Amino acid sequence: MSWIPATDADRQEMLEVIGVDSIDDLFTSIPPSLRMKGWNMPPGMSEMNVRRHLSELAARNQAGAVSFLGGGYYDHYIPAAVDALSSRSEFYTAYTPYQPECSQGTLQSIYEYQSVMCRLTGLDYANASLYDGGTAVFEAAMMAMRITRRRRIVVHKSVNPRYREMLATHSAHVDAEIVNGKDPKDAACVIVQNPGFLGTVRDFGYLSERCRAAGALLVVVFYPISLGLLKTPGEMGADISVAEGQSLGLPLGFGGPYLGVMTVRKEHVRKMPGRIAGMTYDREGRRGFVLTLQAREQHIRREKAMSNICSNQALCALRALIYLSLLGPSGLREVAAACHAKAEHLKQQLAFAETLNNGPTFNEFAVRLKKDARQVVRILLQRGIHAGLPLADVGAGEANDLLIAVTEKRTRAELDALAQALEEVSCS
Amino acid sequence: MQPANLKYTRDHEWIGQDGAQYVVGITEFAQNQLGDITYVELPQVGRQVQQHEETAVVESVKAASDIYAPVAGTVAAVNEALESKPELVNKDPYGAGWFFKLEDIETSQLSALMDEAAYRTFLAEESH
Amino acid sequence: MQLIFDKSRPGRRAITWDNLDVTEKTGLPAECLRMVPPALPELGELDVVRHFTRLSQRNVGIDDTFYPLGSCTMKYNPKIAEVAAAQPGFAGLHPHLSSSESYWETCQGALELVYELERLLAEIAGMEASSLQPIAGAHGELTGALLMAAYHRDRGHAHKDTIIVPDSAHGTNPASAVVAGFKVVEVPSDANGQINLDKFRAAMTDNVAGIMLTCPNTHGLFEEQVQEIAKAAHAVDALLYYDGANLNAIIGQCRPGDLGFDVMHYNLHKTFATPHGMGGPGCGPVGVAKRLVPYLPGPRVVKRDAGFALVIPEKSIGRVAAFFGNFLIAVRAYAYLRYYGDEGLKDISRVAVLNANYIHARLKEAFKPAFDGRFMHECLFSAVPQAEHGVHAMDIAKALLDYGFHAPTVYFPLTVKECLMIEPTETESKETLDQFCDAMLDIAERAIHDPEALQTAPTSTPVGRLDEVRAARELNCACL
Repeated sequence: MSWIPATDADRQEMLEVIGVDSIDDLFTSIPPSLRMKGWNMPPGMSEMNVRRHLSELAARNQAGAVSFLGGGYYDHYIPAAVDALSSRSEFYTAYTPYQPECSQGTLQSIYEYQSVMCRLTGLDYANASLYDGGTAVFEAAMMAMRITRRRRIVVHKSVNPRYREMLATHSAHVDAEIVNGKDPKDAACVIVQNPGFLGTVRDFGYLSERCRAAGALLVVVFYPISLGLLKTPGEMGADISVAEGQSLGLPLGFGGPYLGVMTVRKEHVRKMPGRIAGMTYDREGRRGFVLTLQAREQHIRREKAMSNICSNQALCALRALIYLSLLGPSGLREVAAACHAKAEHLKQQLAFAETLNNGPTFNEFAVRLKKDARQVVRILLQRGIHAGLPLADVGAGEANDLLIAVTEKRTRAELDALAQALEEVSCS
Repeated sequence: MQPANLKYTRDHEWIGQDGAQYVVGITEFAQNQLGDITYVELPQVGRQVQQHEETAVVESVKAASDIYAPVAGTVAAVNEALESKPELVNKDPYGAGWFFKLEDIETSQLSALMDEAAYRTFLAEESH
Repeated sequence: MQLIFDKSRPGRRAITWDNLDVTEKTGLPAECLRMVPPALPELGELDVVRHFTRLSQRNVGIDDTFYPLGSCTMKYNPKIAEVAAAQPGFAGLHPHLSSSESYWETCQGALELVYELERLLAEIAGMEASSLQPIAGAHGELTGALLMAAYHRDRGHAHKDTIIVPDSAHGTNPASAVVAGFKVVEVPSDANGQINLDKFRAAMTDNVAGIMLTCPNTHGLFEEQVQEIAKAAHAVDALLYYDGANLNAIIGQCRPGDLGFDVMHYNLHKTFATPHGMGGPGCGPVGVAKRLVPYLPGPRVVKRDAGFALVIPEKSIGRVAAFFGNFLIAVRAYAYLRYYGDEGLKDISRVAVLNANYIHARLKEAFKPAFDGRFMHECLFSAVPQAEHGVHAMDIAKALLDYGFHAPTVYFPLTVKECLMIEPTETESKETLDQFCDAMLDIAERAIHDPEALQTAPTSTPVGRLDEVRAARELNCACL
């Protein structure tokens, strides 16, 4: 096997040094009755055949269609430098920076990532990343319960139904009560999302006052790209902001790996889950970075830790940092403006369908067609278009409702083609 | 506080009388075990605590320890100086590094705690 | 080295977009807009490329050097796996294509991969089924704990509120159990590094919902009483959880399911060679025995005549991930698994254990082995003898950096004083192991004759030992 370099001669020499006759003699601590009898495992393949097999599987996916799918995960352009830099093996084959002296690349990049996320969201501290948007919502809820010593989690209708479902799964056996609405009374937190799952843009500033008065925290779920234009969680008075960071230079990848972003107000930093990098100095006065506030974490506090999280999504956080560094403030504003303008154009072309949003939208909106959205989607598939997400399939609408997202990658011709096809199919 | 006048717990906390109130801190041994202290989380004044209840938290770079109430009582004051200068616990554990004060304490619990000599014996036994 | 923000110059930029092909719209009211643009750095593309290239040069990965971090299984990450995962047919696939049956025909290749990998993982561990949803090892533990909770709730076992973990367990075990809503009882190890069976039996009350074990345990030893433990657990209908961190030691030799484990997680980033990525993304699928299959996270991929489809198990705990977990990591693990196949997978554990025992044999005179038993895929030493000369495990770790190696895991498990935990993996050659052992022996000599030099190591790295106390007290965690 090419990835196991030990030759027969090596093995023999090593066994002699160890003082046993065979490798089997090294496994004698496993009771013989427990040794494996056999398994149903295919034989190995050459690298060439592995490549061929995986190419065949990939070819049976239709990833190249003109896509209007969103629902929390967006088809944004990823600049070439993001892949080129994040695929340097000094980054991707390293582990958690347990030895900071030989991990300054990792640690400084985490520090810069934390800085960028604070600047983006207008809050004071960020962690080094969580798994994804849904688990970040769960962690934010648990954090709010720790801070307030309350057990009620209020979830606003704007929150992605996938995140709600994950919140319910993860908290099924803890002493927590999840309720719908936005009433902060007796609540640990109120969780809102902007733009909402159906794309509606709101200003939740008014809720922060109410939350503060009621002793509850305001958790704002945001869409990172939208912050090129939209009011930040910090400006809305959020205590905690969380996001799915996929839109920041991560491929869609059929669900992951993604990036859970979390930033918090200063007073909550010690209750925040996950790793945090901090600046410090060595004995010669050279600046460096270390993991800090580790006493919050599972490897020290075990059952009393703020969370069970250990490994995170550091490489994804690096991609987000590189992406935002390449875009800069104007690039981010422009990509957000392009998404918005194109979505507005499409909305105009879809005037024949009823819009379900009761306010302005950013780059995504929901329409009620005259036919079952699932049927419409099937027909448009034949034209190489992924028309959007039938809302009934995610428990967020009726049979004819379709959620349509637009990114900077869509051209006017594609927008017009979708509009025309939808009109033909759903009105015929 | 003079170590000779204090009472001690098996969790390495000390408690000593200061007028109507009782001051609580951690021992020289405890601060030495923890190393450089980086953060102290203090209770809210007015909170009623039971004996052995987790009342404060002390953190160093590599460890976190709960500080338990040596006796039941009500938190009367906390040492706010520790918020910006946690190193006071290392420098002066029996003085400026105190954690919190209790009042209305359960005095019977107090008399059951170790005195300095008993604590020294306890430390010697524990190190074996 | 400067921060990226120090390199920013107003007006500089790295990327431009097409001119808008629609009319620019501001359909958004002013109160919904941000007041000031985010203070992101303004850089040219070459600025960004140089910055991150230089940062990467201040890092060490497996491609650079030997990385014997115990419990982390830092094996070589094959390049073919990267190529496989980067294919647009996987990387460009929108996850909501799985959300609506109307789209299932567009992702049959991906669904087949999920189905096949879940099947193979189950077979490897002697489990009935597995789920790729959990996003990391600790997330797999949490999912496993939620599965145990659902199982007991379903059977009306409201009193089963406790999980037992040995004191040698990874910190994630007790933390995951608590996040899931359980209480934790810790059971001590005995002097041989095995779980203390008497103490375990005493803790094994009817309130116990499950026991979380690592096997081989974090002492690098096979838990030889695993059958007795399983029997005692099952006698009160408690479930036995397998922490898959050390699966590399036994893959193809014995299977957790055959040992009596009911539920487990795999670390695809350990056993199946997916890159550790500076601390993630990992991937932590769960495997379950037959009686837990109905509770698995949903939806699950099933094979039908018409193709692969998704169904929700009857008593599913629900989603722990929005879709199929870290799918692109699963693609890498699948490529790895198919490459090795039957015979290759068996050789992984054989050579991993051979390599660890070789290091143990070469170092056992100079360093004090933590236990007398037969180590499996990792060997543990205690640096207590060196510490008497003032050279602690941390000093040895730092000194190794100056020899060009990454350090082993130190100060874990907490049960071993001055612990050095060395896991070589099967992908290192005898020459590399010899170089590492030579360095360790040299350090052992120097610990006696020149301890001061070791106490000031490392000297060859971009920075020396950093002041962690200052970092925690000043708490500068963002440049704002």
